[in-house]
Amino acid sequence: MLFYIFKRLALALLVALTVSILAYLLVFLSGDPALALAGEGARQADIDMVRKTYGLDRPLVVQYASWLWKLLHGQLGMSVYFKTEVGPLVFDKLKTTLLLGVYSLVVALLISVPLGVLAALYKNSWIDRSCLAVAVLGQALPNFFFALLLIMLFSISLHWLPVSGSDSWQHFVMPSIALGYYAAPAFMRLIRAGMIEVLEADYIRTARAKGLPPATVIFKHALRNAIVPVVALAAVQLGFLLGGSVVVETIFALDGLGYLAYQSITYKDFPVMQIIVLLLSVIYVLLTLASDIANAWLDPRIRVA
Amino acid sequence: MRTCAERPSFMHQCRTRSAALAAGLLAAGVLFAAPAVAGKKTDTLGMAYDQAPESVDPYFNNVRIGVIIAANVWDTLLYRDPVTQEYKGQLAKSWKQIDDRTLEFELRQGVRFHNGEEFDADSVVYTLNFVADPNNQAVTQQNVKWIDKVEKRGKYTVRVISKEPFPAAKDYLATTLAIHPAKYYKEVGPKGMNAKPVGSGPYKVVDYQPGKSITLEKFADYFKDSPRTQPKIGKVRIRFIPDRQTQMAEVMSGGEDFIMHVPKDQADRLQALPNLQVLSGNTMRIVFMQMNTLDGAPQPEFKDIRVRKAIAHAIDREAIIKNIVGGGAEVINTICTPSQVGCTHDGATVYKYDPALSRKLLAEAGYPNGFSTEILAYRERNQTEAIINYLQAVGIKARLNFLQYAAMRDLVRANKASLVHQTWGSNLVNDVSASTPVYYGFGTDDITHDAKVRELLDKGDHTIDPKARNEIYKKALVSISESAYSVPLWSLPVYYVASKEVAFKPYSDELVRFWEMSWK
Repeated sequence: MLFYIFKRLALALLVALTVSILAYLLVFLSGDPALALAGEGARQADIDMVRKTYGLDRPLVVQYASWLWKLLHGQLGMSVYFKTEVGPLVFDKLKTTLLLGVYSLVVALLISVPLGVLAALYKNSWIDRSCLAVAVLGQALPNFFFALLLIMLFSISLHWLPVSGSDSWQHFVMPSIALGYYAAPAFMRLIRAGMIEVLEADYIRTARAKGLPPATVIFKHALRNAIVPVVALAAVQLGFLLGGSVVVETIFALDGLGYLAYQSITYKDFPVMQIIVLLLSVIYVLLTLASDIANAWLDPRIRVA
Repeated sequence: MRTCAERPSFMHQCRTRSAALAAGLLAAGVLFAAPAVAGKKTDTLGMAYDQAPESVDPYFNNVRIGVIIAANVWDTLLYRDPVTQEYKGQLAKSWKQIDDRTLEFELRQGVRFHNGEEFDADSVVYTLNFVADPNNQAVTQQNVKWIDKVEKRGKYTVRVISKEPFPAAKDYLATTLAIHPAKYYKEVGPKGMNAKPVGSGPYKVVDYQPGKSITLEKFADYFKDSPRTQPKIGKVRIRFIPDRQTQMAEVMSGGEDFIMHVPKDQADRLQALPNLQVLSGNTMRIVFMQMNTLDGAPQPEFKDIRVRKAIAHAIDREAIIKNIVGGGAEVINTICTPSQVGCTHDGATVYKYDPALSRKLLAEAGYPNGFSTEILAYRERNQTEAIINYLQAVGIKARLNFLQYAAMRDLVRANKASLVHQTWGSNLVNDVSASTPVYYGFGTDDITHDAKVRELLDKGDHTIDPKARNEIYKKALVSISESAYSVPLWSLPVYYVASKEVAFKPYSDELVRFWEMSWK
């Protein structure tokens, strides 16, 4: 088991390193950062000064190496736009994004568990198909559009929820639905498949034969077992939700990492962009690692492979 | 598949895990405070704006919202009346021109900053000398680089000395050059000023969360002799909401009271709502088309004045303003903002919409069937598209190349542009030296290079006598229009949407004056 964890850890480290290179280089794909930084009406002399000040005149490899070196020493750099340390700026926003991620996960489960169970119980019937349709709709709707529909209904027509911001729990309701609904289909399919398999197991037949009420059999015996693979998926999905929050946070002006990412892209604030991409990727890698380890712990066959 | 039921130890884990999750969620819910509500009832004006300022210190941002915050939180030596454009003393009581390069100011006594620090000559001397020093890297160097030094002549007397004769000095001293409290600024610098801003203006900053929101509160001790009115609304909370649709949803639902820069078509729709009012105003931003006549330009056609005139005659500016640009916009005939000192339309050639004449001119120039070209643009794409249609009607097929500003500027500076749909906001400076010379003074954005025009502009930039100065600029502007180097189009309007409870008046400088606003 230890060797397995070590192997996965080494792999995760390699992935993180690759991501750091990509995070660093992606910025340069969008054009010369010095030009963008100098802004409207800048003269050539201004642009040259910007290039020199930010060390953008050095070879790319040297720039990357010096960035990584500082990064490893805990120096995340200065935000070009906000002129503050990147570290506090980014970690300050992490809380909001983590909350949104967790809430969205809860929403996704609240949608997918009942639908998945229902679909499994009435497998291949019209109920099964409708459950699938409801779940898949979430993935088919672009979330910026779905978000606007939510705002129109809950804020403008009903006046139940505030449109945007991050000051109260009410502010998180619509963003969590918008983001969570999108993640629901994956869970739903997994629960449906798991339930179908479990419902045919011997111990369920035994439970039924004992004369237990159907609800007890379904929820206490079947669902509890079918939901285990979902725990592993949840870890991965959480990473996905954290990364996917850029659009949703921007629409709802939720003061999190996604919003900061959007701002830093708009302002070409490349030190912030790089750290956010790196941070989200590392979180994703860690969650995947956690999920791998949990799976291996549950199923010894994986450890050997 | 191993499951909770099969492995009792894991089953236990399942339970504790979900319990921990539930507890975490509950705890997260408790952490929140109740949301602050904007509106007349709470005496808090809620404004939403799409861009967050990089710094609140007026010298270290160059975005519109930064200018708005600065105007409300800080004072300047002079004040420019937004209607009459006349200068009045704000922190200065009076002023006189000592020589071509020197202005002397008698300062007001008894003015205090938000932190209680007293205002005197030291505040002016330290602030202006600090920002004028290029080592301190004020963001918009154009605003400060003309200052040679500022001298203290007494506790309430200062002299501002420019490097060269600089007629626009008063305009800068009335708009962009905010005065900081010397002691505090010396102690905390621009970084501290951003974290805890302190000015002497009608509003003070009580809460600032970078990138999220800033809250201002009426400064009860605002000095009574100020040419500005005393503030009426108790609190102003500006939230940074990047998405325009969300901003509109906020004003529609009553979450916020005030937004600006709403596109015309959306403003028209919001007008229909019973709780909202839509106001439009002019801005200093002008829109025009540049034509590249430099040697080595990708298209030699534009070197022919008949072609340039044909293009000017091909576009129906009134119709585009009426249908697309919107109310508040006006036609311009020279490349400067009409309100700017030295800017005039007098004597300029006006190119009326006349497609027949346009076709005739093209035929005379040897293009009876028109020609193909490329048009560069970076904002207000619908306006560019309308222009393209008008050009098409006289036979000029213009391909649209729509880019980010920086990318477009690169092409222009690399002499790779032919037609450019350009706009310029003069950084709010109400003097022609901030507009026309940018495009005709042989700088990097000049793709005309007319030596005669440059000579006139240069002379104008350094002539102190206002009458002689205006004459010189007029000659330059007339010359540019006669040569049809650019097609002057219109000034851009701005649409504001506000709750009907708010009394608000727009001005052409796009400045939101919270101190003038009140509840109805």
